[in-house]
Amino acid sequence: MLDRVGIFAGLAVFVAALTCPAWYALAHEHASSQPPNLEMPANQKECVAPAGTMRAAHMQMLIQWREDVVRRGDRRFVAFNGKVYEKSLTHTCLGCHNKEQFCDRCHAYCGVSTPYCWNCHSDPQSIARSIP
Amino acid sequence: MRITRKDFLRLSGLSLLAAGCKQAVRSVNQPASGARAASTQPVRWGMVIDLGKCREKDGCSACIHACNTAHNIPQIANRAHEVKWIWTEPYATVFPSAQTGYAPQSDTETMVPLLCNHCADPPCTRVCPTQATWKRDDGIVMMDWHRCIGCRYCIAACPYGSRSFNFEDPRPSIAGINPDFPTRTKGVVEKCNFCEERLARGLKPACVDACPQHVFTFGNLADPDSEPRQLLRERFAVQREPELGTGPSVFYLV
Amino acid sequence: MLMLDKALKGSRRYWTWLLCLLCIIAAGFCFYLRQLDQGLGITGLSRDVSWGLYIAQFTFFVGVAASAVMVVLPYYLHGERQFARITILGECLAIASVIMCILFIFVDLGQPARVLNIILYPSPHSLMFWDMLSLSGYLLLNAIIAFVTLRAESEETPAPGWIKLLAILSIPWAISIHTVTAFLYSGLAGRSFWLTAILAPRFLASAFSSGPALLILLCLVLRRVAGYRVAEDAIRKLAIIMTYAMAINVFFVLVEVFTVFYAAIPEHTAHFEYLYLLGSGHNLAPCMWISAVFAVAALVILFTPALRRAQLPLACILVFISLWLEKGLGLIVGGFVPSPLGAVAHYAPTLPEWTIVAGIWSVGALLITVFYKVVLSVREEVES
Repeated sequence: MLDRVGIFAGLAVFVAALTCPAWYALAHEHASSQPPNLEMPANQKECVAPAGTMRAAHMQMLIQWREDVVRRGDRRFVAFNGKVYEKSLTHTCLGCHNKEQFCDRCHAYCGVSTPYCWNCHSDPQSIARSIP
Repeated sequence: MRITRKDFLRLSGLSLLAAGCKQAVRSVNQPASGARAASTQPVRWGMVIDLGKCREKDGCSACIHACNTAHNIPQIANRAHEVKWIWTEPYATVFPSAQTGYAPQSDTETMVPLLCNHCADPPCTRVCPTQATWKRDDGIVMMDWHRCIGCRYCIAACPYGSRSFNFEDPRPSIAGINPDFPTRTKGVVEKCNFCEERLARGLKPACVDACPQHVFTFGNLADPDSEPRQLLRERFAVQREPELGTGPSVFYLV
Repeated sequence: MLMLDKALKGSRRYWTWLLCLLCIIAAGFCFYLRQLDQGLGITGLSRDVSWGLYIAQFTFFVGVAASAVMVVLPYYLHGERQFARITILGECLAIASVIMCILFIFVDLGQPARVLNIILYPSPHSLMFWDMLSLSGYLLLNAIIAFVTLRAESEETPAPGWIKLLAILSIPWAISIHTVTAFLYSGLAGRSFWLTAILAPRFLASAFSSGPALLILLCLVLRRVAGYRVAEDAIRKLAIIMTYAMAINVFFVLVEVFTVFYAAIPEHTAHFEYLYLLGSGHNLAPCMWISAVFAVAALVILFTPALRRAQLPLACILVFISLWLEKGLGLIVGGFVPSPLGAVAHYAPTLPEWTIVAGIWSVGALLITVFYKVVLSVREEVES
């Protein structure tokens, strides 16, 4: 009889623990059933790769750029449309995109905890804003 | 579907062979990644520091300031946790084996700029367990702050004390962040990188450009006609602790 | 299957002891979370002294782990029957020590989440790569040997023949783990305190004295606490091994002192002067002298047969503390002071640092307690 109490209590704790990501997300403001409203850059129409590719694989591309620039000194990127860019998160990506209005919105919606890239790499627009 | 052992092995072998051929064909067709620079002339970046010219402007720290600004080097109040890529120390400390005991105090107390020597045979790259620091073909000893695990073996190995560890988050201690260069995070080792990001744009290192006395002569040590090589022919130069066999690329004109 | 269920039945004293250890582990863990959040700045480390208590403890306990060879070698290689019953105790001590070593390295890393980079990007030119390989291999080896022999004992069957091969393999492997750790230091041209060929022999000598010292103490504790009598003969033989190893270690230290001070090269003497000259901010000097006095006292006891019989526990404690101070503190910090530019930096571990270290010691103590409980339970069952 006592066993049953313990078993059900344990089960309850287990189910609560298993579903805690859902509770956590519900408790936080980012959670929404509406897809994020992304602000597109004003000055450019095309990214360095097609939108579908970027949506699916921008992190892989960034890591490839990172390895190329840091470990091989290879900074030159030729995009799918033939345009030449510098492989740089700060200069190229954030040169067009606004981190808060574009990157952060999707990351928050998807629950991708802020990638730790931002511990080191700067967002030029937010720095420019903070300079009095 | 019943298949005999012999047939299964034959089928597997043929499949493996086919896959192998596909790989071979693909690797032959793909252009070699990371194409080499058009020029095949070897490059060994190096620097000659003229201590006589430096001595003329006492108390100057333009090179240090330029480096700190360009690379977001934190100014940490606690000296135990300080991070420095280029700094100065008295001459007697930098070249202890050259002390005769009879030189005037003005000589032994001259401040000497110190930085990573970008050695030809670096002990630090030898000991790094993740190759987060390595020696490039052009002689620069590079750091990959994405890979560094912060074990600090390279700091133990460096005979010159050129490396600093981020004991705390550096960002609060950076006055004005330069967005063109990343800051670093706590827990990684850093040091002078010969401004490789400026060299990639055809510029000279920040300290070289900032010095009002033209103390620093930076160039390709592998080119016999480069500025540093000419200086080394004309003047007597020393390196720090050459007997250790590290082969520093930084020379001092005493 | 793993016989760990035997560790779940114990006296009140047993569980109180485990609870105390868990409390210390929890405290250490909390401080480690703080270190993860704020960085290694909460320790006493500095730009000049970049390795401290964590790495020193790692070095010391690699030695303790290697010392299992001192019970395995006489038994498996030379058939000394007295060691038959304590090889498992030595192997369990080795397992707990290696786990402590891995933890000490882990808490010392600035970016511990990236630790697998050592495996993802193998760097055979780095001694740390080989250290990782040899320590992991040694852990695996001892775990297999201990488990298989204990299982065989619990089922009252002879251990499988291949165990002897593994045990014999563990002998050169034990030597290698501590040699590789010594090479970590002795291969650095810029650190003249460590750049000596005698560092590896010194490490081995101190390992083979500190390890048996701890093992003897643990056996005596088992006798007192659990009523488990380890053969008097085995303890006597271990004490003799410890004596000779300690004597050799002291000799090696004196050899170093002579070489450094007779040749009188300032760069080399500076480190010894920092470690042993009292005063002028040399905060480690009192510890080093205590270590020296304890070492001499221990040898006096150990070389006098009457004293050795009567005061063996005291001698073991003196040996252990002496070597802990020498290797677990002085050797590492001494290599960094003075710095390459002659700076004398003050290093003293902080409270968070000590607590994290205490937490890891408690993990080791917990593992040893649990392992020995299993061994003793198995032996009790077999005897009844």
